[in-house]
Amino acid sequence: MNFKRANVLKLTIPSFLWLIIFFLIPTVIVVVISFRNADVSGGIGAGWSLHGFSDIMSVSFLVILWRTVKLSLITTIFCLVIGMPVAIYMAKADEKIQNLLLLLIVIPFWTNFLIRVYAWKVILHPEGLLKKLFFIAGMIPENGTLLYNESSVLLVLVYTYLPFAILPLYTAIEKFDFKLIEAARDLGSGPVYSFFRVFLPGISQGIISAVMVVFIPALGSYVIPDMVGGPGGEMLGNKIAQRVFIDRNLPKGSALATLLILAVILPGIIRVFMKRTNFKTVLFRQKKSGAV
Amino acid sequence: MKKNKFIFIVTILVLMFFYLPIIVLVVNSFNSSRFGSVWGGFSFKWYEKLFSDRNIWQSVKNTLIVAGVSTSVSMVLGTLSGYVLFRYKTGIQKAHNVLITIPLIIPDILMGMSLLLFFIALKIKLSLFTVVLGHITFCLSYVTVTVLARLQDFDFNIVEAAQDLGASAGDILKKIYLPLLAPGLISGGMLALTLSLDDFIITFFTAGPGSSTLPLQIYSMIKFGTPPVINALSTLFLLITFLIALIYQRINTRRT
Repeated sequence: MNFKRANVLKLTIPSFLWLIIFFLIPTVIVVVISFRNADVSGGIGAGWSLHGFSDIMSVSFLVILWRTVKLSLITTIFCLVIGMPVAIYMAKADEKIQNLLLLLIVIPFWTNFLIRVYAWKVILHPEGLLKKLFFIAGMIPENGTLLYNESSVLLVLVYTYLPFAILPLYTAIEKFDFKLIEAARDLGSGPVYSFFRVFLPGISQGIISAVMVVFIPALGSYVIPDMVGGPGGEMLGNKIAQRVFIDRNLPKGSALATLLILAVILPGIIRVFMKRTNFKTVLFRQKKSGAV
Repeated sequence: MKKNKFIFIVTILVLMFFYLPIIVLVVNSFNSSRFGSVWGGFSFKWYEKLFSDRNIWQSVKNTLIVAGVSTSVSMVLGTLSGYVLFRYKTGIQKAHNVLITIPLIIPDILMGMSLLLFFIALKIKLSLFTVVLGHITFCLSYVTVTVLARLQDFDFNIVEAAQDLGASAGDILKKIYLPLLAPGLISGGMLALTLSLDDFIITFFTAGPGSSTLPLQIYSMIKFGTPPVINALSTLFLLITFLIALIYQRINTRRT
């Protein structure tokens, strides 16, 4: 009503076109190149083949793929289980404490990501403090190491993604009406029952967001397994980078990236779908109040 | 009451977990020993080494250029897209919304990889310019979402009232949209700036020779260089972060 169609188009085109050119087309290119032949000089050769996907059939790759899915899943579970009590505490605290805690949680993550991972490398280092403590406690042998295995990758993954789980959980819990739990208890349900059947369904949106922002990025981890993982902690992201930068085989790297795209797109579509229903409720509310 | 105590203890433990690596770094930045486990006495030598390292300062310059340009461009693009996404619900806007949302959730490595192949396919030489293009792409989505969130409580009746009273489009933009959207714009811009300054993976895939940013420099120092200098660098980072957090908090509290 305020703007004519042409004006709307003019406002839409810049970002729309930008994302088509620098996001959609490049993603399609990845999928296309995964079906091309490799070029000896590290470029893209002529002709089409499924050779790029040959990696996927090897046992050593399946081990890495399984580890990637497994570590991402365990990370997500840990983040939910550890993040939940923190989020509940925050949501129930006074507003001042809420703001303070939010700031305290966010600040460490404003330091450079690589530096945080490096800090864990120092802590877990064979000469480091934690190793000595563990050795004195008799938990590991003297020549044992805390670094370069699946557990060290898992630890740093949880460290990195925990705040991303806490924030959506906190937002959902803050909106949750705790009187519902009291009502459930008054009506005779036990604490466990009311937690699983009243509380968790009530904050399901927050749980879904938390899973999305932890699980999907974790699937594409590169830096963490690269720095604290060693050969025994490699994940899909390391394999992609290795194919691109060391073997210089772009079709093989693309094939692995295509695999990752497939893994991501499925929950992604679900997410977009939910966002849209969210959008609709917002629109509906606006309409009711006569704003649109 | 017992339950409250439990969640309190978990919260404290989690905060300790969050700050442990950071404390270790700060302490070690003043440790003259090369190894983090041995205290070799207090010293400023890593800070001296840091300030005499020219590669680091070149990469700081590159980082600031990339962050400055990509933040400004993504703020303009993101404000436009946030506005049209909020006001119009046509089919094109639905597609637009999907294009904005997906980059928020895909792993960085996918965006880096796809941009690299895109530049290779078009035979564009990797440089600081290609890094900026990548950064604008991921910042755009974050700015849009922030602006969109701010628009949720924007009262469009004001705009209509202004029009009825004969205000021109320019006046409406200057006197209504900009002042009311400024907080959303600022937080979107801050978010874009933080993400751009911190990004490693997308830069790693799209940077050419001579266009090393600070995260790339830090990566190569961790892999091949002198780690204690990184401790000094990260302590400085932390100081700057605290200052920015403080300013940011001020802006936020003044608004509410």
